[in-house]
Amino acid sequence: MFTVELADQTDFDGWRHSARALALAGIEPAQVRWTVKGAQSDDLFDAAASALPEPRDNADLTVPRPFIERLQTIMHHSDDDRFAFMYRLLLRVSQEADLLKVLSDLDVQRLERMEKAIRRDAHKMHAFVRFRKVAVGGKDRFVAWFEPDHYIAEREADFFVKRFAGMNWTIMTPWRTIDWDGERLTIAPGARKEDAPSADAAEDLWRTYFSSIFNPARLKVKAMQAEMPKKYWRNLPEAPLIPALIASAGRRAENMVESAPTSAAPHHSRIQQRYWEGRQTMTEITDASSLDDLRKMADGCTRCPLYRDATQTVFGEGPENAEIIFVGEQPGDQEDLAGAPFVGPAGKVFDDTLAQVGIDRQRVYVTNAVKHFKFVPRGKRRLHQKPNGGEVQACRWWLDREIALIKPKLVVALGATALTALYGKTLPVTKNRRQVLRNDADLKIFVTVHPSFLLRIPDAETAARERRLFAEDLAALRDLMAA
Amino acid sequence: MAKLTTVEKLAILSDAAKYDASCASSGSTRRNSLNSGGIGSVTGAGICHSYAPDGRCISLLKILLTNFCIYDCAYCINRSSSNVRRARFTVQEVVNLTLDFYKRNYIEGLFLSSGIIRSPDETMARLVEVARQLRLTHRFAGYIHLKTIPDCDPLLLEEAGRFADRLSINVELPTDDSLGRLAPEKQPANIRRAMGNLRLKIEEKSEPTLRTKRKERFAPGGQSTQMIIGADPANDDTILKSSARLYSSYRLKRVYYSAFSPIPDAKAALPLSEPPLMREHRLYQADWLMRFYGFEQQEIVAGRPGGMLDLAIDPKLAWALDHRDRFPVDVNRGDRETLLRVPGLGTKAVAKILQVRRYRTLRLEDLRRVCQSLDKIRPFIIALDWHPLGLIDRPELKERLTPKPAQLSLF
Repeated sequence: MFTVELADQTDFDGWRHSARALALAGIEPAQVRWTVKGAQSDDLFDAAASALPEPRDNADLTVPRPFIERLQTIMHHSDDDRFAFMYRLLLRVSQEADLLKVLSDLDVQRLERMEKAIRRDAHKMHAFVRFRKVAVGGKDRFVAWFEPDHYIAEREADFFVKRFAGMNWTIMTPWRTIDWDGERLTIAPGARKEDAPSADAAEDLWRTYFSSIFNPARLKVKAMQAEMPKKYWRNLPEAPLIPALIASAGRRAENMVESAPTSAAPHHSRIQQRYWEGRQTMTEITDASSLDDLRKMADGCTRCPLYRDATQTVFGEGPENAEIIFVGEQPGDQEDLAGAPFVGPAGKVFDDTLAQVGIDRQRVYVTNAVKHFKFVPRGKRRLHQKPNGGEVQACRWWLDREIALIKPKLVVALGATALTALYGKTLPVTKNRRQVLRNDADLKIFVTVHPSFLLRIPDAETAARERRLFAEDLAALRDLMAA
Repeated sequence: MAKLTTVEKLAILSDAAKYDASCASSGSTRRNSLNSGGIGSVTGAGICHSYAPDGRCISLLKILLTNFCIYDCAYCINRSSSNVRRARFTVQEVVNLTLDFYKRNYIEGLFLSSGIIRSPDETMARLVEVARQLRLTHRFAGYIHLKTIPDCDPLLLEEAGRFADRLSINVELPTDDSLGRLAPEKQPANIRRAMGNLRLKIEEKSEPTLRTKRKERFAPGGQSTQMIIGADPANDDTILKSSARLYSSYRLKRVYYSAFSPIPDAKAALPLSEPPLMREHRLYQADWLMRFYGFEQQEIVAGRPGGMLDLAIDPKLAWALDHRDRFPVDVNRGDRETLLRVPGLGTKAVAKILQVRRYRTLRLEDLRRVCQSLDKIRPFIIALDWHPLGLIDRPELKERLTPKPAQLSLF
C-alpha cells in the first residue's frame, strides 16, 4: 500500500508528480491511498506518506495534454474520492487512447459530470457573489462573502479581476479569500461570514428593483428554484423578499383581472389632441399627377397580398423625363430592405454592364414589374419566388402609370416576367431577345434577359459568355437610342 | 406633483418595464476591463444574477427612462390613457443606478427602454446619451441593450449601435391588422423599415473598413424583437409564420414571445385573464424547432385543429405522433437530421450519439447516459439491444407519453 499526501485540496502538481511515479511503477489504483495534509481523515490508522516507487524498466506514460487540463479542472471538485478516480482514469486513458470519446463509458461520464459540477459552481459564483461597499482609508472597497460547493475560489479569481479591474475588492469563502487592489491579486486563507460587512445601502434599491420587476400574474416558483436553489439564498440580499412575493402573488393578479376599467387619465385627451389629431386622416389620393405622388400612393399598396410579408413597396427610381425605362421582375432581399430597386447583386451586374456600354444610369428610369418582394423564409434566408399572373396583373396598374407619366421612347423588358407585364401576354425571351416589339398601346419594348439570370449560371465559361451577350444587348440598345 | 425619490422612480419604472420579456445578455463579443482599468466584461454566454418568483432570469437592470408616453397601445401599462403613476429618470440617475448595481455584481448590464415623449428623436437621443456616458465617461464594458425607436434619425441609430451590444424594436403583435386595432398610433410599415435598416447597418459594419481593416463596432449582439401572445386572436400558425418571416427578413437573434399578462388599470377591450403561459412555452419550443432542429414552419402546425399547437405535449412529440411512419429510427445509423426529429433527443444528445457510435454500437444503457429520458425516446428508436416492434403504432402511445399535470407547488 502506498500513501500519498498532497499539500492541499487543489495541489495538482503534487498529485501529478505522485501519480506519474506510481503509474510508471505499475501500481494498481487499489494499492494507493490519497490524503491531504491537515485534512480530517476517516481512516482509523493514519499512515505516513510513503516514498514513491522506482519506475519499471522501459516504463512509459503518455496521455493527451487536454486530458491533463480536464484532470486539473476536477481537482477542484469537493469529492474526496477524486484523487483515486483521477489516478484510475489516468491509467485507463494511457492504455486506451480513444476512451475519452466514448461518452457512454461510466468513468468518462463521471469525468463529465464532475466537470459540469465545477462549471455550474463557477457560473453560480459569477452570478450570486454580492459585493458590499465599505470605505477603507477613504477608498471604496467592495467585499463579498460566498460559499461555493467546490474548491473554486482561486480558480475563478480571473473572472472577477477581468470584470472588476477598476475596483478594489475582496471575495471571502470558507476555503480561500481572493483580493484585488486594482493591480495585484492576493490569495489568502479562508474566512468566516462575520468577517464580511453585513449591509450596504444600495441593497434597498436592489430589493425595490427585485420586487418591482416580478410579475405576480406569472408565478413559476419551480422554475426560479431550479436556477436559484435555496442553498444560495442565505447570501442573497433579495432572497428574504421571495416568500412574501409568492404569498401575495395570487391576490395581486386577481385584483388586476377583477378591477373595473377606469376612465382615461386626465392628460390623455390633451395628448391625443396635440400629437395625433389630423395625422391619421391623410387624404386618400386617387390618382397622381407626378412620380412623387405616385410613389407615395404606392407606399400603402395592398392591391395583392404580397405587401403582408415584404418590408416595403420598392418603387421605380430615375428622372421623370427619362427616355428609357428598364423593367425588372421584382425587388430581391436587399432591395426590400433598402427600399430601392436594383441595389443587390443583380443590381450590381446591371450597373456594371450599363457603365461598360456607356449608358448613364442617372438618366434612365429603373423599376420592377412587381413592387413587393415575394419570398419563402428558409431559416435565416429568404428564397425568391416568381410572382404569379395575378400579382403581375395587380401591379401593372403601377407600371402603366409610371410609363404614362414618364412617356419614354422605349421600355426594356429584363426577363420573362417584365416581358409578360409589358406585352400583356407571355412570350419566350430567348426568341425575342434584342428585338423591339410593340404592345397593343404601341409601346416599344426591347427584350433582353434579367441580370439575376447571369448570377445563377454555375459554369464559369457559360456565365462569362452570357454576360458578354447581355452587354451586347445593352450596346445594341444604346445604338438604337442614338440612331 | 411631489418630487419623487430615486427609489420611488425605480419602483415605477421597473414595474413599467417588466412586460418586456427580453433579458438576455448573451451573444455579444467577449471583452473585459483589464486594459481600460474601468469595470465590466462580457463573457459571451450571459449570466443570470437572480431569478424572480415568476421564473424569469434577472440579468440586466431593465427599466424605462420614463413611462410618460404619447402612444395609446391598449395592451401596454404605459399607454397615455392609463392612470398609472408616471415618473422620469434623469440620464445621471440611470447611469448611477447601473454602475451601483454592476459594482455589487447584481447585474450584467442595462436594458434601457422608454415611453415616447414629444418626438422619436428626442426620446432616442436620451437613451443614447445614457449609453454614451456609461461607455465613454465611466469606461463601462458591461452589456447594454437599447430599445430602438422606429422613425428616429439614422445618425442616432448609428450612435446607438456604437455603444450598445443589442438593439431591439418590438413588433408587439403578430399581424398588422391587430396592431392597427390595438395600437392605432403605431405604423407597422415603419417598424419593418426600421428593422430592415438595422439589418443593413449590422451587415455593413460587420465588414472590415477599407481604411483601418478593422470592424467598426455596431450592435455585436444583433437585434431582437417581442410579440405579445394572446392579446389578439392570431393563432399559433400565424404567430410562427410571422416569426419565420422576421428571422429570415431581418436576421433577428431572437423573437421573444410574451404571454399577455393582466396589467393594472387595463383597457376594457382586452382579454383579462391568466396569461397563457403554456402556450407561450409551446411557441418557444416550436421556435427552437425552426431554428435548431431543421423544421420548416409549415410542418410544425400542419393539420392541427385551429392552427394551434397541442398544449398537452411538446410540438416535436406531436409531430412524431402524426408521422409514425418515419419511425423507429436506428440510433446507430440515422443521420443527424433524422436523429434530431426523435422526440426526447436534443441537439447535444444527438452530437454525443454521433460521436460515440464511431467507437461503440449503442445499446439502451449507453443512451441512458447521453440523453435525458429513456422512456421518451424508447418508442421511436432502434438500438443494438432494442426494437420497439409495434409500440410506435399503439393508439394509446400519446396518452402514455403525455406528462401528468403537476400539482402547483405551494411552497
